Amino acid sequence: MEYSFSKDDLAKIDEIKSRYPEVMPATLPVLWLAQDKFGHVNEEVQKLVAETLDLPVSHVHGVAEFYTQYYKKEMGKFVLDVCTCLSCHIGGGYDILKHLEKTLGIKAGGTTNDGLFSLQEVECLGACGYAPMMQINNDVFVNHLTPEKTDQVVEGLRKGKYPEFESIAMPLNPNTSASKETV
Amino acid sequence: MSTPLDWKGYEPVLIPKISGLHQIDIYEKNGGYESLREVLLNKTKWPDAVSVVNEVKEANIRGRGGAGFNAGLKWSFMPPVDGGPRYLACNGDESEPGTFKDRKIFEYNPHLFIEGALIAAYAMSISTVYVYIRGEYRSFIQMMEKAVSDAYAKGYIGKNILGSGFSTEMVVHSGAGAYICGEETSLLESLEGKRGYPRVKPPFPAQRGLWGRPTTINNIETLANVPLVIKNGASWFKTIGAETHPGPVLYGISGHVNRPGVYELPSGMPILTLIQDVAGGMRNGKRIKAVIPGGSSTPVLRGDALEGVNMDADSLRQAGSMMGTAGMVIMDEDTDMVEVLWRISKFYHHESCGQCTPCREGTGWLEKILDKIMHGDGETRDLDLLLDVTTQMEGRTICALADAAAWPVRYTISRFREEFEARCRKSVYALA
Ligand SMILES: Cc1cc2nc3c(=O)[nH]c(=O)nc-3n(C[C@H](O)[C@H](O)[C@H](O)COP(=O)(O)O)c2cc1C
Ligand code: SF4
Repeated sequence: MEYSFSKDDLAKIDEIKSRYPEVMPATLPVLWLAQDKFGHVNEEVQKLVAETLDLPVSHVHGVAEFYTQYYKKEMGKFVLDVCTCLSCHIGGGYDILKHLEKTLGIKAGGTTNDGLFSLQEVECLGACGYAPMMQINNDVFVNHLTPEKTDQVVEGLRKGKYPEFESIAMPLNPNTSASKETV
Repeated sequence: MSTPLDWKGYEPVLIPKISGLHQIDIYEKNGGYESLREVLLNKTKWPDAVSVVNEVKEANIRGRGGAGFNAGLKWSFMPPVDGGPRYLACNGDESEPGTFKDRKIFEYNPHLFIEGALIAAYAMSISTVYVYIRGEYRSFIQMMEKAVSDAYAKGYIGKNILGSGFSTEMVVHSGAGAYICGEETSLLESLEGKRGYPRVKPPFPAQRGLWGRPTTINNIETLANVPLVIKNGASWFKTIGAETHPGPVLYGISGHVNRPGVYELPSGMPILTLIQDVAGGMRNGKRIKAVIPGGSSTPVLRGDALEGVNMDADSLRQAGSMMGTAGMVIMDEDTDMVEVLWRISKFYHHESCGQCTPCREGTGWLEKILDKIMHGDGETRDLDLLLDVTTQMEGRTICALADAAAWPVRYTISRFREEFEARCRKSVYALA
């Protein structure tokens, strides 16, 4: 695959650079831009980013390796990040991970043969009250998972149905209102 | 401390019950950006930037990012203006397990935070405000980008704000998956486009922060309190909640309760009230076995030692723990404490940046030994070995991640020793 940035991308990259007094701070946002475009930031993409920003390849590589959300190799079309950290752990996060390993026929860290799903075990995603949960493609959170709900999400994704952002309202102080939800 | 807290009548102020408040028009209709306007234009009340710093200092907003440091006092450490750039870095990394509160501000009241950051910017003569948000919060980052661009369009950010002559820029910056970037100097490295390796202090960020220039780091919730202090005064703020740790708090309650979620209530709430009355009690009527009060690094409290313990720095210190981020994890009687501690240790091992040997190696050993104990292959002397490892980690590293990893081990073992011993074979000889 040939990796290159379009004219629009380059304009966007210029805008990103203008947010900082130096070029180096653009490294993270431009890696994001590249990953959104190519689906991953393998070594070739890292090289492209380095050349575009006129930074050493070793720098961009070092940054890409440090941050877990950058995919250093090609991933499945849908990357399922299942949280198993503290609150998800005590809420059954590992059961969800095992369930997905079984239904997808892969281990955490793997990708299905058809290239549709990658499965990862991840650390706390900041959804502790809505455990267990997973994040899809570094994007939406799917909360309150059960094996059944997990199956529905996977089936939906197979049919091209991408879950939507779920707004979880702050529960009201139970003594000041009869209703449960607010905002 | 003995007067019972009037929390039942408490009306939320950080995230009030106003629908659509995240939209700038609705925020303005409800008095939004009035505090900023006052500070910039009412020279009788706010003659200079120092008067703003002093009011915030007086309010004693204790940092909601974990360390509990007085925000105004921190602002006062910024050196005198020298004509060069100065920065404010807003910490929305929110990655300490059990913590999920700042996202509520991004979603439901982003302008309150923006207004607070702008007042802070004026008070410290900041030229650019960076809002660092963990990369996993993509949805919330998009909400913040929208809110910031709306505030620009209305003239609250940018050149010559509201005709006051004060100018400042605001940039939303996404992380990319690294807990350590919540540590303030790691966050600065990450903003500079590097690997998030914490810096050796001193120099402190106020002296040499972003690009070597004076920088202050504050948590998102901390800054969201600022417009309220300006509007209602420090004396009002200090009437809310615990005397030495005043103000509203976003309590993130997770675990085995009936109604987990983020609740806004006064500081100093009794832990038992939060569990039983606020969060709907324990699921399936189970007993409380353990509570982690403020994110995974804060020492766990036993369920039978919660009577009289309140969510404020003093009360928690007396009880042998800390306020942290007020991200409370509630565990019921069926919880396996060995597993929980193993999972916490696995987290810190994964997130250690690896710069310091005691942290890099120590977190690995903690996880490995706990894994062994969890699988029934441990001996009682391994418990002493664990405690020995923590002693070699604490206070010997560049940043506090090593301490954050050590405390849970130390306190979970000492407070649930019998459960750990029951999982271990008796050692034939003691550790030399
Ligand atoms: C390992 C580590 C992780 C941290 N993570 C966060 C975080 O995610 N969010 C945060 O606001 N503060 C975090 N902190 C605390 C920050 O270093 C800093 O004290 C805080 O952002 C200052 O803001 P405040 O005074 O308003 O609380 C962390 C500290 C350490 C040592
Ligand atoms: S204590 Fe750990 S996380 Fe902090 S700088 Fe040292 S190695 Fe990195």
